[in-house]
Amino acid sequence: MGSKTQQSQTQQHHSVAVRLNEQMGCKRGFIQAIRDWLLTLLLIWIVVMVFLSMTVYNRIDADNRVRRKDLLVSMCDQRARMLQDQFSVSVNHVHALAILVSTFHYYKNPSAIDQETFAEYTARTAFERPLLSGVAYAQRVMDSDRENFERQHGWTIKTMEREPSPVRDEYAPVIFSQESLSYLASLDMMSGEEDRENILRARATGKAVLTSPFRLLGSHHLGVVLTFPVYKSKLSASATVPERIESTAGYVGGAFDVESLVENLLGQLAANQAILVNVYDITNSSDPLAMYGHQCQDVDMSHFHESKLDFGDPFRKHQMICRYHEKAPMSWAALTTAFFTFVIGLLVGYILYTAASHIAKVEDDFHEMQELKVRAEAADVAKSQFLATVSHEIRTPMNGILGMLALLLDTELSSTQRDYAQTAQACGKALIALINEVLDRAKIEARKLELEAVPFDLRSILDDVLSLFSEKSRNKGIELAAFVSDKVPEIVMGDPGRFRQIITNLVGNSVKFTERGHIFVEVHLAEQEKATVNAEADTCLNGGSDGGVFKAENCLNGGSDGGVFKAETCLNGGSGGGVFKTETFLNGGSDGGVFLCGGHQFKTLSGCEVADERNCWDTFKHLIADEEFRSDASHNMLNTNEASEDVTLMVSVEDTGIGIPLSAQDRVFMPFMQADSSTSRNYGGTGIGLSISKCLVELMGGQISFISRPQVGSTFSFTAIFGRCKKNAYNDKKKANSEDLPSGFRGLKAIVVDEKPVRAAVTKYHLNRLGILVKVASSIKIAVAMCGKNGSLTSRNFQPDLILVEKDIWVSGEEGGLNFQLLDRKQNGHVFSLPKMILLATNISNAEFDKAKAAGFSDTVIMKPLRASMVAACLQQVLGIGKKRQQGKDMPNGTPFLQSLLCGKKILVVDDNMVNRRVAAGALKKFGADVDCAESGKAALTLLQLPHKFDACFMDIQMPEMDGFEATRRIRLMESKANEQMNGGAIDEGANRKREWHVPILAMTADVIHATYEECLKCGMDGYVSKPFEEENLYQAVAKFFKAKPMSAS
Amino acid sequence: MDRNHLKRQVDFMKRSLLDQGYLDEQFIQLEELQDDDNPNFVEEIVTLFFNDSARLLQNIEQALVSGPIDFAKLDNYMHQFKGSSSSIGAKRVKNECTRFKEYCTAGNAEGCFRTFVQVKQEHAILRTKLESYFQACISFIWQDKLDHLGLQEVKLDDYMDEGGSLIMDLYYKYDEAHMIK
Repeated sequence: MGSKTQQSQTQQHHSVAVRLNEQMGCKRGFIQAIRDWLLTLLLIWIVVMVFLSMTVYNRIDADNRVRRKDLLVSMCDQRARMLQDQFSVSVNHVHALAILVSTFHYYKNPSAIDQETFAEYTARTAFERPLLSGVAYAQRVMDSDRENFERQHGWTIKTMEREPSPVRDEYAPVIFSQESLSYLASLDMMSGEEDRENILRARATGKAVLTSPFRLLGSHHLGVVLTFPVYKSKLSASATVPERIESTAGYVGGAFDVESLVENLLGQLAANQAILVNVYDITNSSDPLAMYGHQCQDVDMSHFHESKLDFGDPFRKHQMICRYHEKAPMSWAALTTAFFTFVIGLLVGYILYTAASHIAKVEDDFHEMQELKVRAEAADVAKSQFLATVSHEIRTPMNGILGMLALLLDTELSSTQRDYAQTAQACGKALIALINEVLDRAKIEARKLELEAVPFDLRSILDDVLSLFSEKSRNKGIELAAFVSDKVPEIVMGDPGRFRQIITNLVGNSVKFTERGHIFVEVHLAEQEKATVNAEADTCLNGGSDGGVFKAENCLNGGSDGGVFKAETCLNGGSGGGVFKTETFLNGGSDGGVFLCGGHQFKTLSGCEVADERNCWDTFKHLIADEEFRSDASHNMLNTNEASEDVTLMVSVEDTGIGIPLSAQDRVFMPFMQADSSTSRNYGGTGIGLSISKCLVELMGGQISFISRPQVGSTFSFTAIFGRCKKNAYNDKKKANSEDLPSGFRGLKAIVVDEKPVRAAVTKYHLNRLGILVKVASSIKIAVAMCGKNGSLTSRNFQPDLILVEKDIWVSGEEGGLNFQLLDRKQNGHVFSLPKMILLATNISNAEFDKAKAAGFSDTVIMKPLRASMVAACLQQVLGIGKKRQQGKDMPNGTPFLQSLLCGKKILVVDDNMVNRRVAAGALKKFGADVDCAESGKAALTLLQLPHKFDACFMDIQMPEMDGFEATRRIRLMESKANEQMNGGAIDEGANRKREWHVPILAMTADVIHATYEECLKCGMDGYVSKPFEEENLYQAVAKFFKAKPMSAS
Repeated sequence: MDRNHLKRQVDFMKRSLLDQGYLDEQFIQLEELQDDDNPNFVEEIVTLFFNDSARLLQNIEQALVSGPIDFAKLDNYMHQFKGSSSSIGAKRVKNECTRFKEYCTAGNAEGCFRTFVQVKQEHAILRTKLESYFQACISFIWQDKLDHLGLQEVKLDDYMDEGGSLIMDLYYKYDEAHMIK
C-alpha cells in the first residue's frame, strides 16, 4: 500500500511538473516553435543576403555604367562637334581660296595670280588651315586646249605617276600649289581615280566634296582630299548641273591630314587617354573606311558611341566612334557596398541565430531546472513522507532490540555481561530517542504532525519535566525550578505531549550546558508579561512613583551605608538597580547590603547573572504583585479574560550556562546545527531538538526566541496558544488528567526563609498549590520576629505550622545560631504549636544532614527541584497526614494510566477472526476492562441495540457479510434515531442522563494509513487502533475519547 | 533441572524463536498480557490459533484442489489466516500468507500452490516449536510452583513421561503440598 501511495505521489508530482510545463508552454512561443528550423533559417537568411548584396552591386554598377555611357556620349559628341567645326572652318577657307582664285585669276585679266603669288599667299594663310597639309589649284583643261595650255605653261600635263598624260577629254593639271604641295605641280588631278571622281562631283554640285580616305602622298597619313570647283562666272544657287560643268574653270583642292587633325584635336582635350576615337567614312555603309584610329584589341568593346560627322559633303558620310580605352574598372564602391551589406546581413543573421539558439538553450535549461526543482521538491516531500511512513518499521525492530535487552537483563548475568547489556540498552534508548526526533522532524516537514487538543495540567507537566532532570541537576549542583503564574489556567487545551517535548528539550539543553547557577522555567500569560515589561520600562524611564518611594525609604532605613551603595548602584546600574536595592533593604536591612557589596549577586534564582534580565526580581515582583492584586480584588478581570477562547502563554527557560556564541546565534534553530563542532564533542547531541521545538511552537501558534550571552547564560522563551477549558468540563478532566494533589494541607501556614526573592517565590508557588498560606522572610531573624510577634501578642495573626528554610541561609554560622534561639524560644513557649522546621536543599551531604537534624530540623529534607507532589509527599512524611496516596497516577502515559482509563469500562470487541478477537479481548482485559465479544457485524448490532451498557466498541474493518464500516453506519443510524426520539420526547430525562447516545467506535486495522483513517471517520467511527494492539497507540486512541467525552464514562 | 536452568531454557527457546523469525514482538506482547488472573492466556490463544488455522487450511486446500480456483475466496480465507497469524506474532507464517495473497491478487495458481505448501510447512514447524516451548514453560512454571512450596527435592524430570508431558502424580503432589501449606 505504501508503494501505491508513493506511486500516486509521484504521479501527482509528475502531473504537477507537466502542468507547469504546459503553463510554460504557453509562454514558450516563437523561439521554441522555430528552434528546429533555426539553422535552415540562418541559411535562407544568408542566401537572401547574398541576393540582396548582388542586387545592390548590380544597381550601383548599372548606375555607374549609365554614367559612364553618358560621359562617353558627351565626350564623343563634343569631339565630333569640335572636329566638325574645325573641319568646316578649313573648308570655308578652302572655299574662300576658291573664290580668291576665281576672283583674281579669272575675273581679273590678266590674272593677278601666278604660282608665286599663290604659293606665298597660301603659305602665309596656312595658319588658317591647320588641318590642310596644303592647297593647290588645278585648272580645267579641255583636251582641245591641251597643247595650248602646255605651251603657255611650258610643261606637259603629267599623270599622277609623273608620266605625260595620255589623251583624255579633259585634264586638270595643278597650276598653283602651296609650297608643301609643290610636287603636285603639273600633275593631272583627273588622272587619279579618287581625285577625278571628286572633281566631277565637285563641279556638279558646286560644293566642297571629299574623297574617301587614302594615304596621302607626302606623309603617308590617312587623309582626304577636299575639292572645290572654281567657276568662271558667277552662278546662281539654282544653276543646273550642266551649267555648272560648263562654267567650271578649275578646282581648288586641299589634302586633309585627318589623322593629324584628329590627333591635334584630341590632344587639346582632357581625358584624351581615356577614350579611343575612330573616325570612319561610311559612305559605303557596308564597308566603312577608317579615317582615323587604331584597332586596338584590348579596348572595351562593350561601350561605344557613334557620332555623325558632317563635313559639308552631302555625298560622303562620316562618323566618329568613341570607345573607352579600358574596360570599365571594377566598381570598388559597389563591390565594397555590396560586400559590407552582405557582411552586415551575415552578422545580423548570425547574431539573431545565436541569440535565438541561446534563448532556446536558456529556456531548455530553465525547463530542465524547473523540472529538477519540482523533482527535488517531490523528492524532499517523498523523503519526509517516507520517513514518516517508515516510522513504524524503524521503531518496531528497535523496540524488539530493547525488549530483548530487557529480557536479557532479567536473566542471570555476570556483572560484566550485565554492564555490556545495560550499555547496549542505554545506547538503544538513545538511538530510539534520536530516531523519534528525526521522525518528528520528518513528520513536521511532511505536514503529518497534528496537534492534539486535549485538556491538560501544564503545572504537573512542568513538575514531570523537572523530575526528569532532577537527578542530573542535583549531581551538577544546579538549582532547577519552575514557576507558573496563578493567572495561567489550571487546565488548558492543547497537546500535552508536544508541550512537554518542547519544555524537555529546552530544559535538557540548559541542563546540558549549565555547570553552575540555576535553570528556571517560568510560565506567564503573554499579555501579563507584556504589560509588566511596559510598566517596568515606565518605571525605569521616569524613575516613577514606586521607585521613588522605595528610594526614600531606603535612605531612611539604610543610613549612610545604604546611601553610598545606592549611589554606586545608581551609577552602575541605573534606576533598575535602584529598585533592586530598595527591595533588599526593606526586607533585610544590612544583609541585603552585604549581598550587593559583593557586586556579583544578581536578583535571580541563584544569584548568578542571566542573559535576559527580564526574569530578575524586579520584573518578577511586578508579575507576582499583579497576580496578587488581581486574584484578590478583581474577579471582573478574570472573567473578562476567560471570555476569550484562547490563552497565550509565555514560557521562558532561563539558565546560567555557557551561553551561545554570538556567531552561532543565528543558526540555533536550524536542524543539526550546534554552536560548533566542539560543542557536539563536549556535550553530545544532534542539535535537532531546537529545530523541532521551533516547529512545534509554530504549530502551537507561537514564536520561540532567545537571548544569550556567552559565559552568562541563555534564556529561551516561547509563546504558545492554548485553548481555555470550559468550566463545566473542568472537574472531570482534572480527575482524568492531572495528578491529584492531596488536599490535606489546605489552610496550613508556612514561612519560607529565603533571602533570594525569586527562589522564595518559587517555593511559595509550590506551597500555594497545596493550599498552604505562605509568608516569605528574608532571614531567620525576621521569621523569628514574625512568629514571635504573632505568638506572643495576637494569636489571630500569622501562626506558622511550617518553617521552610533554604539551606544556604542556615549554613552560614550566624543563622545557625539564630536558629537555635528560635527553637529554644519555641520550645519554651508553645510546645504544642511548634512549627516544623524543614530544610530546602539542592544537595546535602550526610554531615550537613546530621547537623541539620541536630539543629532541630525534621528528618525530611525537601530536595530541589521542588515539585508539588514531591513537596506534598515530604510534608506528609513530616506532618504525618494524608498518608494514603493513590498509586498509578505518576505516569500520565503508559500502562497504569491506561489501566485507569479502561478500568471498569464495558467494551465490545467485534472481529470475525477468533484468534484476533481473543487477543484483543485479552489485551483490554489486562487493562481492567470488561470485555464482550461479537464475531460479526450483525452480532454487534444486536448487542448494541439501545439501550446498552457498552462504553466503547472496537470494530474490525474487514469482516465477511457486514464489514466494520457498514456496521458502524448502522449503529450510528440506530443511535441517531434514538436520539431524535429522546430529544423529541423527554428532554428533562435526557438532560439528567446521557445527553445523546454515541458509543465510541474504534476501528481495528492492520494497515494504519491515512486513507483508512479518513474512511473510518467518514462512516462515523471515532478513531482507530492498529492491530495487533500497541500500548501507546491504544492509549492515544482511548485517551482521546474517554477524556473528550466524559459523559460516556458513567 | 532447577528453576534457573529451566528459566534460561525457556528464555533461550523464546529468543531463538524470535531470532529465527518464527515469532515477532507481538508474541512478547501477548506474553505481557498474561498474568496471574490469566495464567494460560498465551497457550490458550495459541491453541485457538492452531484449531482455527487447521480449519482454515483445510478450507483453503479444498478451494485449491476443487475445480476452478476462486481467487477472491482464497484471498478471503488467507486474509483471516494472516490476521490470526499476525495476532499471535507468527511472523514466518504471516510472511508466507502475504506471499500467498500476492499470488492470489496476481491470479497465479501455480504460485498459490507453491506458497500454500510453504504456509503449511511453516505452520507445522511453528506448531512443533511452540509445543516444545510451552512444554518448557509449563515445566518452568511447575518447577517454580514446586520451589515455592518448598518441594525443591521433587524434580520435575521424575514426573515426566517419555513424551515429556506431565503425569498426574505431580498434580497430586502439588495439591498435597498446597493443602499442607
